[in-house]
Amino acid sequence: MSPLDRFCDTELSRKLMGRVAALADAVAERLGRPAVFIEVCGTHTVAISRLGLRSLLAGRVELRSGPGCPVCVTDHQEIDMMVNLARLPGVTVGTFGDMLRVPGSRSSLERERAGGADVRIFYSPLDAVAFAEANPGREVVFLGIGFETTAPAVAASLARARAKGVKNFSIFSAHKLIPPAIRAVLSDPELKLDGLILPGHVSAITGRRAFDFIVEEYGLPSVISGFEPMDILIALHELLLQLLQGEARVVNKYTRVVREEGNLDARKRIAECFEEVDVPWRGLGVIPESGLSLRETFRDFDARFKLNIEPAPPTPLYPPGCACKEILRGKLLPPECRLFGDVCTPVRPVGPCMVSSEGACAAYYRFERFSPVGGGI
Amino acid sequence: MCLGIVGKVIKVTAADDTAIIDVHGTRREISIALLGQVKVGDYVLVHAGFAIEKIDLKEAEQMVKMWEEQLNDVTPGQVL
Ligand code: SF4
Repeated sequence: MSPLDRFCDTELSRKLMGRVAALADAVAERLGRPAVFIEVCGTHTVAISRLGLRSLLAGRVELRSGPGCPVCVTDHQEIDMMVNLARLPGVTVGTFGDMLRVPGSRSSLERERAGGADVRIFYSPLDAVAFAEANPGREVVFLGIGFETTAPAVAASLARARAKGVKNFSIFSAHKLIPPAIRAVLSDPELKLDGLILPGHVSAITGRRAFDFIVEEYGLPSVISGFEPMDILIALHELLLQLLQGEARVVNKYTRVVREEGNLDARKRIAECFEEVDVPWRGLGVIPESGLSLRETFRDFDARFKLNIEPAPPTPLYPPGCACKEILRGKLLPPECRLFGDVCTPVRPVGPCMVSSEGACAAYYRFERFSPVGGGI
Repeated sequence: MCLGIVGKVIKVTAADDTAIIDVHGTRREISIALLGQVKVGDYVLVHAGFAIEKIDLKEAEQMVKMWEEQLNDVTPGQVL
């Protein structure tokens, strides 16, 4: 068996689960309440949901979900601009699939496509460059969405387009960065947290060090984790152990992938192409230096300039009754929204957290609809 | 878009920075432009068509072995 498969071993996970539960009890006794952890990454949200960890640890540990689903945090205003792009004659909008159904203030890319707009899903931005090359009569705009994991891929594709002289390709960048978002979440005095599970793949790019500020500024135990059952239990074990020993460190438990400095080549690509700007996040408001916009040297590939896309007007924030804002900040769990599972379902999503498969509401709907709310305390 | 996939490199074409990987029996072409050196037999983590990191199997082995030893050790009183 490959060592990678052993991270999914049920017998081993069961044993570790026992240790985690015992540790959690010791910590709860010490704190006088269950420890509260937040996972920042949407893929962790799904993994934790699928494992049913929340109900397994009910009353012992409370696991909340944070802002780490790129689709969920893309602002209305940005989606409206994407919709406007799709309406331009001669324009093909290329995107990662998850973005299609996210509602802006009046429409979504899916609605535009149904109405005749040319909106295409590409698995890799390189495929969009190839499509542009094969269709010189169309302007192909690729939507740069996602965190540190997708930004270098988009940057490398842009470099490819430039090297090949593909003139009808451009990027609409709505990329966002995770560390500033964590800072925004942690700065909320109402949110009482005891530790964080940090995103494994974002960390593969940024490196462990990028998260040292969590200990320096907030004194919270944090752990970089992979996504298999053993990974998540190892992460919880580490957080609980730190709490019990009164320590706070940023520990890398995804050492098979994440290095201290991250992927320097990828970081260089990002820095060459993009600069950090203040951008709005759905649910979190404007966060300083949390977005990536194309540098001036890439104006000829910047859809905002090339196609003269005006910023869309700010719109009323949320569909009435939708609690995504609190959910993205780790303040509420999806079942605590009164629309959850009743009015709002993955088939008829009301808010963005139900649209993306990595959204907390969608993950809960799929795996935890019938479990106790909020760790059952 | 956030779903990373893991694959084993079965062919490298250095000229255009691409590789073919095997993902549970299916083949995919990926770009290796974000990684330095990639060899046949390496395991890579792929996001949006790009390998973003190599997977260190030795590290994986060490970590999982450590846990196996710890968890299969039945010495009483070993709770942590
Ligand atoms: S259940 Fe639906 S309406 Fe409620 S917070 Fe989630 S996405 Fe918004």
